[in-house]
Amino acid sequence: MKKIISLALAAVLAIPMLTGCSGKAPTGSVSTDGSTSMEKVIGTLGEAFQNDTGITFTYNPTGSGSGIKAVQEGRCDIGLSSRNLKDEEKSSGLNETVLAYDGIAIIVNNENNVSDLSLENISKIFKGEIKNWSEVGGADSEIVLIGREAGSGTRDGFESITDTKEACKYRQELTSTGDVLTTVSQNPAAIGYASAASVKDSVKALTIDGVAATESAIKDGSYIVQRPFVLVTKNDTKLSEAAQKFFDFITSPDANELISAAGVVSAN
Amino acid sequence: MLNSSLSKKRKFYEAFMKVLMFISVGATAALTLFIIGYVFIKGFPNITLNLLLTSPSYLSENIGILPDILNTIYIVISTLIIVLPLGVGAAIYLTEYASNKKIVSIIEYATDILSGIPSIIYGLVGMLLFSNNMGTCLLAGSLTLVIMNLPTIMRTTQESLKTVPQSYREGAFGLGAGKWRVIRTVVLPSCIDGVITGCILSIGRILGESAALLYTAGFVHILNTQITALMSPGATLTVSLYLYAKERGEFGVAFAIAAILMILTIIINFAATSVQNYFSKRRSL
Amino acid sequence: MKKNKFKENIIHGIFLLLGLITVGFVLLITIYLVISGIPAIREIGLINFLFGKEWASTAAEPKYGILPFILTSVYGTSGAIIIGVPIGFMTSVYLSKLASPKTKYLVQTAVSLLAGIPSVVYGLVGMLVLIPNIRNIFNIPDGSSLLAAIIVLSIMILPSIIKVSVTALDSVPKEYEDASLALGATSIETYFKVSVPAAKSGIAASVVLGVGRAIGEAMAVMMVAGNAPNMPNSIFQSVRFLTTAVSSEMSYSSGLQRQALFSIALVLFMFILLINATLNFFIKRNKE
Repeated sequence: MKKIISLALAAVLAIPMLTGCSGKAPTGSVSTDGSTSMEKVIGTLGEAFQNDTGITFTYNPTGSGSGIKAVQEGRCDIGLSSRNLKDEEKSSGLNETVLAYDGIAIIVNNENNVSDLSLENISKIFKGEIKNWSEVGGADSEIVLIGREAGSGTRDGFESITDTKEACKYRQELTSTGDVLTTVSQNPAAIGYASAASVKDSVKALTIDGVAATESAIKDGSYIVQRPFVLVTKNDTKLSEAAQKFFDFITSPDANELISAAGVVSAN
Repeated sequence: MLNSSLSKKRKFYEAFMKVLMFISVGATAALTLFIIGYVFIKGFPNITLNLLLTSPSYLSENIGILPDILNTIYIVISTLIIVLPLGVGAAIYLTEYASNKKIVSIIEYATDILSGIPSIIYGLVGMLLFSNNMGTCLLAGSLTLVIMNLPTIMRTTQESLKTVPQSYREGAFGLGAGKWRVIRTVVLPSCIDGVITGCILSIGRILGESAALLYTAGFVHILNTQITALMSPGATLTVSLYLYAKERGEFGVAFAIAAILMILTIIINFAATSVQNYFSKRRSL
Repeated sequence: MKKNKFKENIIHGIFLLLGLITVGFVLLITIYLVISGIPAIREIGLINFLFGKEWASTAAEPKYGILPFILTSVYGTSGAIIIGVPIGFMTSVYLSKLASPKTKYLVQTAVSLLAGIPSVVYGLVGMLVLIPNIRNIFNIPDGSSLLAAIIVLSIMILPSIIKVSVTALDSVPKEYEDASLALGATSIETYFKVSVPAAKSGIAASVVLGVGRAIGEAMAVMMVAGNAPNMPNSIFQSVRFLTTAVSSEMSYSSGLQRQALFSIALVLFMFILLINATLNFFIKRNKE
């Protein structure tokens, strides 16, 4: 009796494995892979798309670099990158389409009484030339710099705009947006940067030269610390029907409302 | 009394060591209680039916961990199905067949190495070996975990095989049974406790694993249907705990998952000891 | 009869294969790590890689020196051993020799719970409890530091130390202790001067096991150590371990940077092999 039960159990459990292996990538699915910063916008778009069309949508938040690599190796349909493609990546046969623009918010602890910094001062702070909050009108305490890890799209965007590339004297290099928000919210002397779309009430976003990271300011370029959200595709291979449908949907004006609901500014 | 005649120095030594021991035991117990208590206090208020029974949605901003629970179950089951025959077979070879001491010591050394490799390295190798070939998916994750848990299953099975009295085997051989038949009818049934303990320990390890799964099974929270589950990426409970805490800063959800994991850990510990007690009682009868 | 023998041989062969599977896996892991780890070391140069003091993997002129990571891993592990081993050792002696069966059962259950807690949970609690406290107590700008990592690691290695040491101490023959007691030694003296030396290779093995666990931990450390690739000059500095060096940049890496991460994994693997050899040495001595 026991034997029969265990055999039956094993058989039932083995079925999904077998069929799973043979039925590789069922038709009518879109897979995306890449930037963690794009989670909210791509997740929103994907869910709406899936609800409308019934086509299965997957998103694997692995990071811009991994996403680009995944497209190259054909492991996903559309790669997601929160930075522009490098020249060597473009010449290897990849194509970029800008989906949206995201402001990079400069964030401080809620207890911090500084609420505006000039771009120049931000750059000085991150280079370690300004070390104390009192130098920019804050309390007398040492500034704690919180950054992202090398390779992150947010870091790349922030450092190239503030002209601090590889010159930042970070106290902490964290690996995710959530980490940066949490760390800044727990340390009164901290300053960091994170995607404007994901900033919550737990931290305070600074205005830069008096401009806040609003949708219109990002769109007209007056809020200058911003970076693109890019869709990466292969030049030589055509997207599957389902993937093309998804691509068309998210780059059409119909998607604008969803994109702004996710806190970023549509490019189209 | 003997104690009263001790020299001052010896008395001091005695008292000093005792104090050190009490401090250490106290610290260990207090730390454990603190960590468990902290997680429960922060986590329990956030465990709701909605959290347990729904999938996350961006449109309605809902957070649910049902997909993660299912992914965890899929990974546990598929890992065990693959690792059990391998581990039990290897243990049987070591205790029943191997006569060459050199081979045995090589195998045991390899097993030690496997159990000492940190999970981040398993994650990398799993990514190179499995994910790069079959894509980031649950199956790639569970194959990685198979290598990780092989030593556990082997060890516990071996331990219980060693306790099977030699006379059982000799008796069966004496009756003219072949080696395979002896193993099937005498040896295998009596190592069941080791296999069960091994499974329980492995489940514990799989539940707690994150580094080895991040790069092999991916971090997707989408509800998988049963048929395609193993070939699609998915996050287990521990991975999603990591993601909710780090990527989203949702500490409430993170602690709720942590509390659930902690309860499972307690159950697993309890189950492992009861299984051992049950079988050792039965054996001594 | 012949057919039977044939069948037995085939079954023997199958079991031999299963037995050798762990050896196969170890070889596979080694080969994969070497193949993917060597190219970057070749390009960077072994000396530059191992003893370079600067890590700037995405700079215009990238620098790939992992000395800071190696030193951090060594310091972090030693720190965890310095704090964790005495506590674990004292606890084990108490549990094995002095505690009532009920206390022993309770504390041992607690310790195995400690062992079963996922490392992410340690990281989470460390991030929310430990780091703000370190910042306030030592009055430094930020609490994420080598010290935080050491404290978390020393708690995480406690279970391995206690479990193995208690087993070793439990198996010291009662006659040794009785003889010592009969000679007029007090019970405490007996435990520390007779039982502990008798169990010393088991206790040493527990320490090595702790070292292995501490050096291989990634997730918990990543959440509390700050992750800046500094040389570990002070325990209040934000530092990056070998493990966290791999995991923090893995997902965004490309090209030589990615290959260099695999080389770091190779270095870590070498450390683990070394620790294993040490462990094996102690266990062998224990058996003899």
